[in-house]
Amino acid sequence: MKDQLDYYAGRVTAGKMSRREFMGKAAALGVSAAVASTMFADAVQAAGPTKGGDLKLGSIGGESTNSLDPALAASQVPYANLYHFGETLVEVAPDGSIENRVAEEVEASADAKTWRFKIRSGIEFHNGKTLTAEDVMRTIERHSNEESQSGALGLLRAIESMRVDGNVFEVTLDGPNADLPYYFADYHLMIQPDGGFDNPAAGIGSGPYITELDEPGVRHLFRRNPNYWDSNRGHVETSEVIVINDATARMAALQSGQVHVANRVDPKVAALLNRAPNLTVRNASGPGHYVFIMHVDTEPFDKNELRLALKYAIDREEMVDKILRGFGSVGNDTPINAAYPLYTEIEQRAYDPEKAAEHYAKSGHDGSPIILRVSDVAFPGAVEAAQLFQQTAQAAGIPLELKREPGDGYWSEVWNNQPFCASYWGGRATQDQMYSTAYLSTADWNDTRWKREDFDKMLLAARAELDPAKRKAIYADMGQMMHNEGGLIAPMFNDFVNGVNTAVQGWIDDPTGDMMSGTYSSKVWLAS
Amino acid sequence: MHPILKLVLQRIALGILLLFAASAMIFGLTEALPGDAAQAVLGQGATEEALANLRREMGLDQPAITRYFQWLGGIVQGDLGTSITNRLDIATSISNRLGNTLFLAFWAAVFSVPLAIFLGLLAVRYQNRWPDKVISGATLATISIPEFLIGYVLVYFIAVQLGWFAPLALISDSMSLGQKLHAIALPVIVLTMVVLAHMMRMTRAAILNVMQSAYIETAELKGLSTFNVIRKHAFPNAIAPIVTVVMLNLAYLVVGVVVVEVVFVYPGMGQYLVDAVVKRDVPVVLACGVIFAGIYISLNLIADLVSILANPRLRHPK
Repeated sequence: MKDQLDYYAGRVTAGKMSRREFMGKAAALGVSAAVASTMFADAVQAAGPTKGGDLKLGSIGGESTNSLDPALAASQVPYANLYHFGETLVEVAPDGSIENRVAEEVEASADAKTWRFKIRSGIEFHNGKTLTAEDVMRTIERHSNEESQSGALGLLRAIESMRVDGNVFEVTLDGPNADLPYYFADYHLMIQPDGGFDNPAAGIGSGPYITELDEPGVRHLFRRNPNYWDSNRGHVETSEVIVINDATARMAALQSGQVHVANRVDPKVAALLNRAPNLTVRNASGPGHYVFIMHVDTEPFDKNELRLALKYAIDREEMVDKILRGFGSVGNDTPINAAYPLYTEIEQRAYDPEKAAEHYAKSGHDGSPIILRVSDVAFPGAVEAAQLFQQTAQAAGIPLELKREPGDGYWSEVWNNQPFCASYWGGRATQDQMYSTAYLSTADWNDTRWKREDFDKMLLAARAELDPAKRKAIYADMGQMMHNEGGLIAPMFNDFVNGVNTAVQGWIDDPTGDMMSGTYSSKVWLAS
Repeated sequence: MHPILKLVLQRIALGILLLFAASAMIFGLTEALPGDAAQAVLGQGATEEALANLRREMGLDQPAITRYFQWLGGIVQGDLGTSITNRLDIATSISNRLGNTLFLAFWAAVFSVPLAIFLGLLAVRYQNRWPDKVISGATLATISIPEFLIGYVLVYFIAVQLGWFAPLALISDSMSLGQKLHAIALPVIVLTMVVLAHMMRMTRAAILNVMQSAYIETAELKGLSTFNVIRKHAFPNAIAPIVTVVMLNLAYLVVGVVVVEVVFVYPGMGQYLVDAVVKRDVPVVLACGVIFAGIYISLNLIADLVSILANPRLRHPK
């Protein structure tokens, strides 16, 4: 039977057998429909990309206030749009390494302070102009100058000077940074003609698709760029991003086949959706995580014993089961997981009411209720998660009191203001970026008030270190330190969960970012 | 001046006054909401420095009264202003969406108004017999179920299971009228179900009221069939209350359908207004609010005029 199936699969790969025929033959051999469907998909996958077709994405996170200006992109729809018409110098590949795109070669000086990007020749913008190193420099200039409102501004503050040397774009930093290429993989930094100074929202770039229609909050349509330099990308004729903010409507559109891909599938319906014959639910464990954060400089959280007591009093497995319905993984009280390059595993902390009670007794807390502030907007299921936390803490004798805060104004009044609250982090491309954003003494968003000179020093040392093995060792120590003493309780990392029609081929479960790190439209193809 | 013309002018002047009052109220209420546009745009990523920069750029550092009168100065010259979040011209953004909203409302009205009146007449004709009970029961049921639920149920059975229509009502300029009507079929059905009961019940009640009159008895005695009595004698005399309730429902079809827009992903005014409120984009909220208020006021004006014209005593005042 195995031989026969292989033979049929071979016929599919050669393009000589349709899905219907294959399913029929497989059923005759006694193979269940689900298995046959997967085998068919694999066989088609092996045949390689076919060109053409109209790909449609139903996406959350679009508003009538959106713009095509890469600097202003902040939600899912603008993010997807950017990867249609734009391209960055480099990208983060699914395995966490750097993949060259507009830049052909990347080279660092021995001190990691000066970086040279050799620009690929023969790339053309959609307006017919040739992409030069000058355009690259102007783009970075626009995102890093004084008036910039770019979401990438924070990353680019470290740039001391930039210059163009023939077809090479050279950046000099104010200090060494081994991670610089990851900064230039940021989705805001799409290379635009003259850096986009004249018309930033024109939607003109050098990407695999050309902007055809831009109706903010409704839909965005892109057509294949015939002059795109890389024949391995950009397979469909048109790709459309349709704004569907309502979860039920998005799932209905996916089920009926009106869209091929729908993002942000609610874990509650994922299992039901997976049963439908024409689609699969794909999940990738990303760097995003849900957190409870304590200010380590504020009573009573300034005592590490109390922090440890709370860390032992939370049942992470239960939360992954009940809040994420299995679409995620347990956290370990550091912001880093396997989605990051140079990750080292730390011994997993588990729910242990006895240890929690022990640490709680040692902390000498007076027994008054500990107030945890929470709101629905902190993360999906935050209130329920806090209730689970309250129950498991009670079993350890720790009195946790929940205070529900209104969602409107939660980020301005509660988060980063109150000493103990629920929140989330989307994660960053590298450990350096994640730690620099929220755990460096001087970080704007240091939401646990984690101000430790020794930690800062380790972070800067790792940043300057070009040897991956040595950097990995430093990051491992930093992770251990946060795990033992930090103000972060990270119960779970949430997966990216997307629904994908079986007609879509070449989908990768990419842990580095949602929707295949934004590049879904240029990598997938439609089965004919 | 003809008394009716005078009345119309009076009503229009009153309407404009009402519009100003409405705009002041909307402005006051949006100001009372916590947070402002800068805070809403930056969200979790807000720092003190970025907030101050953005507020200055959006003009939010000015006092509220100044901002209101600046806006008012623009609108009396026909300038709706620009959105403070994406800096696009509001008039351009609105025209497309208003067109879509009116398109949907128009087709929903085309189906629901005649159907409601016909069902109302039918219910009177078979008063207290089974057709009357079926019509009343069914329409009351559809008005009592929340419209998003009707929407989801229709989407599940008609779009997902049967595949007759698409679940999303996506329309664009390149589509033919037929394609557009096919696309908006489901929202039109939902809206029809939602507004049917109110108009149908009112028609029924108004006509039954007239049916008690002596001239109806005369008409019956001269041998007209029941349906003709209703059509020729009862209906024209019951038209005023019916038109009033029809206009109210038309206004609802324009200004109250945001839930239906969300369920069917229809690019109308409601979604635009909600986005603007969430982002505290006051000029857009004001523009939408004034347009909605204008539609409400003019439809009510029409209803008043029709009831005056339909009543000979009011048409020829002594």
